[in-house]
Amino acid sequence: MADNIRYLSPVDVKNRNTKKYCRFKKAGIKYIDYKDPDFLMRFVNQQGKILPRRITGTSLKFQRKVSQAIKRCRHLALMPYVGDMLK
Amino acid sequence: MNHYETVFILNPVLSEEQIKETVQKFKKLLKDSKSKVVVEENWGLKKMAYSIQKKRTGFYYLMEFTSEDREIINKLELAYKRDERLMRWITVKLDKHALAYAERRRKRLNTNEKQEA
Repeated sequence: MADNIRYLSPVDVKNRNTKKYCRFKKAGIKYIDYKDPDFLMRFVNQQGKILPRRITGTSLKFQRKVSQAIKRCRHLALMPYVGDMLK
Repeated sequence: MNHYETVFILNPVLSEEQIKETVQKFKKLLKDSKSKVVVEENWGLKKMAYSIQKKRTGFYYLMEFTSEDREIINKLELAYKRDERLMRWITVKLDKHALAYAERRRKRLNTNEKQEA
């Protein structure tokens, strides 16, 4: 009996989408360097594609800077255009 | 008085003094046209994320310079295009945030070198 307990209301999921924030504004970062790929890897998914704002939560102003930095980094072959299992 | 930063990748098959010679060539070009090279960094032979001209590695070289000459970037890029030892390059204008970052980065690099030495 106890194993198939069915809850009437859905269990309150742990991550009830905590408020996203722009890490650049919070950390006070002003310039995103296109020369260090390790930092930019955090804004890229496993295939090497740039993560959208709704996932990372960055503000529009810094999302543009991040995407430009990533494109420059790719141009200099410090980051792959298409990667697999980058993480 | 604009601040620029340029990074270029040299063909890995070049010998040591060929590399020095090409770098000297670009530095001379900058000096001739009223611009001053502030910082140079030789990242040396680095593995690239993807192959360029069938090569998997390349010599990376960074130069940061200031210039009053408005045509400097055209001249520089023309010289890059003409030189076939160069595989890829990028020149970027530095705004005040970028400059502040470059300063901090240089300090961080110097401190690291001091710790190693």
